[in-house]
Amino acid sequence: MADKIAAEGLNAWFGKTQALHDIDMAVPENSITAIIGPSGCGKSTFIRCINRMHEEIRGAYSSGRVILDGEDVYGSGVDPVLIRRRLGMVFQKPNPFPTMSIKENVVAGIILNRRLGRHEVEETAEKYLRRAALWDEVKDQLNKPGISLSGGQQQRLCIARALAVEPEVLLADEPASALDPISTAKIEDLFTDLKERYTIVVVTHNMQQAARISDRTAFFLSGRLIEYGTTDKIFTNPSDKRTEDYITGRFG
Amino acid sequence: MKTDFRYMRRKVFGTIMLGLSFLAALAAVSMLFWILGYTFVKGISAVNIDFFTKLPTPVGVPGGGLANSIAGSIIVVGMAGLMAIPVGIATAIYLSEYGRGVFASTVRFVSDVLAGVPAIVAGIVAYALVVTHMHRFSAFSGSVSLALLMLPIIIRSSEEIFRTVPDTLREASFALGVPKWKTILSIVLKTASGGLVTGTILAVARVGGEAAPLLFTSFSNSFWNFNPGQPMATLPVDLFNYSISPYQDWQQKAWAAALVLVGMVLLLNISARLYLARKGFKRNG
Repeated sequence: MADKIAAEGLNAWFGKTQALHDIDMAVPENSITAIIGPSGCGKSTFIRCINRMHEEIRGAYSSGRVILDGEDVYGSGVDPVLIRRRLGMVFQKPNPFPTMSIKENVVAGIILNRRLGRHEVEETAEKYLRRAALWDEVKDQLNKPGISLSGGQQQRLCIARALAVEPEVLLADEPASALDPISTAKIEDLFTDLKERYTIVVVTHNMQQAARISDRTAFFLSGRLIEYGTTDKIFTNPSDKRTEDYITGRFG
Repeated sequence: MKTDFRYMRRKVFGTIMLGLSFLAALAAVSMLFWILGYTFVKGISAVNIDFFTKLPTPVGVPGGGLANSIAGSIIVVGMAGLMAIPVGIATAIYLSEYGRGVFASTVRFVSDVLAGVPAIVAGIVAYALVVTHMHRFSAFSGSVSLALLMLPIIIRSSEEIFRTVPDTLREASFALGVPKWKTILSIVLKTASGGLVTGTILAVARVGGEAAPLLFTSFSNSFWNFNPGQPMATLPVDLFNYSISPYQDWQQKAWAAALVLVGMVLLLNISARLYLARKGFKRNG
């Protein structure tokens, strides 16, 4: 499989604190890559560097390259706004827009950038709600506020909203950590389905989740990439002592 | 048993303090009701249809009303709003969404200082800026003085409202590839709209009762005038002029003007609260 994303010598800072140290990591196309590690190890910062969200935080900056399909997203003249349309993101806490209905939330990323006919709105909303496995649950209440849904439904709504922009990659920052087990299972199933179309990178605290859904796993510790390989190998035969300690629950 | 005694002592002390703070609250509220009640009793007899529809009459001539100054108040405050609201909200957007560093903290400081400027000083400034150049009193100069008073209130309340919009919504929008300016217009402003409307209404209500800055800007007028370049009657100024007059019937009109003014401010406050309540309800249901 070809590499979709490749970080090369990626460093990131919050003010004077360095959060990522010299990360080199390639993510293959149409796969799920899990990023695990204890809190504060730089997992979230890493995926936020991929779609250039990191720099939106006050005082945060980065160096190094992130290659997306052969092009450096940090290259000169690259507009972060356009990069973010190719790299969808789902956050830890579901964040549907409170002023918008379910339908409007799905198409938000499109209508905020160009006009969309009424018919197109309906079609697009249905298409991506189906893709996010939410259609059957909400098809009779599309005009209700997005925040009237349950937490798990809200998170799938946010996934539908991210997919509607037609990204090539889906970056998920602990997408199920605020959800109950049933909603979590739905999101996991959804990701497994979505990997045929998208390249998925998911940050998770839940090691069973990483083991269940991912093809490859990366273990981060103190801002460094300690080990990266197939999920099978990381969970059954890690090369690094620290990886083994972490996945067997000896720390973190 | 010593600890029991201490506990009892604290409990009694707590009860006494609770009682005292309740009395303080009661005193504050009763002052308000006393003002409202007294104004109502004194003013209600002169409030009738004529008061809202007729022009003032000369001393000694019965009847007449303050229709021109009610309309004048609405026009002068409305024009002040047209000046202060867009500038105030735009400044608040700058402060909350972009404002960092020395310039932003200077703007914040200046707007705090402006909020503490006495109303009459705003009147003098408008007098110097507008009246001396136009060589006459005008509704427009009155609006400028009121706009100066409104501006800091709108800036600070709007900035607070914008800060209550969670960053997660801004992030969600950025992550969808929406540019920052569009995020502010479509997400931040829309999410904050309820609070913005409420804050703005309260600012309007706050300056609607100002007389001091209008005394030597908008001045007053005994006739109908809809030209902003000419002196215009307003309720607070009429209230002032009538109340210091030696004539009984004018003093009576002053009480009626006070009642109507209080009523208008009260109405604005209530509509602000209702708007916010409805907005909140809509969002939850």
